[in-house]
Amino acid sequence: MSSATEHAHPALAHHFENLEVQKESATLGMWAFLVQEVLFFGAFFTVYTVHRNLYYKVFEASSHHLDWKLGAFNTAVLICSSLTMALAVHAAAEGKRGAIVAWLLATVVLGSAFLGVKVVEYHQKWVDQLIPGLRWGSIEHVGHELHLSGSDVDHAQLYFSLYFGMTGLHALHMIIGIPIILWLARRAWRGDFGPVYSTPVELTGLYWHFVDIVWIFLFPLLYLVGHH
Amino acid sequence: MGDRHDHVVPARVYVAVFAALMVLTAITVWASGQDFGPMNTAVALAIAITKATLVVLFFMHVKYGTPLIKASVIAAVVWLGFLVVITMSDYRSRGWLSPNPKKAPYQLEDR
Repeated sequence: MSSATEHAHPALAHHFENLEVQKESATLGMWAFLVQEVLFFGAFFTVYTVHRNLYYKVFEASSHHLDWKLGAFNTAVLICSSLTMALAVHAAAEGKRGAIVAWLLATVVLGSAFLGVKVVEYHQKWVDQLIPGLRWGSIEHVGHELHLSGSDVDHAQLYFSLYFGMTGLHALHMIIGIPIILWLARRAWRGDFGPVYSTPVELTGLYWHFVDIVWIFLFPLLYLVGHH
Repeated sequence: MGDRHDHVVPARVYVAVFAALMVLTAITVWASGQDFGPMNTAVALAIAITKATLVVLFFMHVKYGTPLIKASVIAAVVWLGFLVVITMSDYRSRGWLSPNPKKAPYQLEDR
């Protein structure tokens, strides 16, 4: 049964017997959210699979227009941010207040760097007139950019719609995640987290790692189609 | 039970997983420069699945999680499989019963 100190813990909700039961419930709830997130992104991946099989050459030519070096750099940045997030959770479990704050802030810096590179890439698509529905160049211009001709040029809109849809939804997840991590850093600085209670840090970690996994699939599927 | 909930993963495990993820990223970039014919996509996906598994098991602590958490992860993978496999089996089989298979509405391009 729960000890007197746990009952006194301000984070313990009245309907839970103790912090351990509360954490188990919260973790399962977070996983339920992540399972539906897998299917949310899964719809995009399914649409991608259908059209990549239909228009493989168009997808290959369009993919070659992306800068795989920027994609690889961002993959490395995001993996680094997953490490710093994992180390923040680790620091919380060990009750090292300064280390939690430092690792969380490092995660924010790396996440922001990722989004900065994304801005550079999106801007390049704007310059190259490769944004379907917003700034899509003439058939001659896009055909020249992508080394495509005829109806293939129109089909390239499918690839770039998926590119912006998938990387945009992924970036939105990071834009939501960064303020949450900043909020955690503030709470960690106040001394809210330690070996007894660090559930918010752990659950935000799960969310952040999930976002990393989505990118792990987006990188080869968008940047590395076909033989380079 | 107690061991599972009180488990603190040593920091060196995280660093080792991080190193493996970086090496696998380098391998996937290298592999995209090789000509494996139609196998390029399969190689890229196999590497991505390996990386995702490492993240789920260690960074996301599923290796040390309760059976219910493990079941949730498996459910996500199985349902994603339903989504992709059933959708593709529909598209791929269209036109099989058509009197003129050459006019099948969905056909794979040559790789």
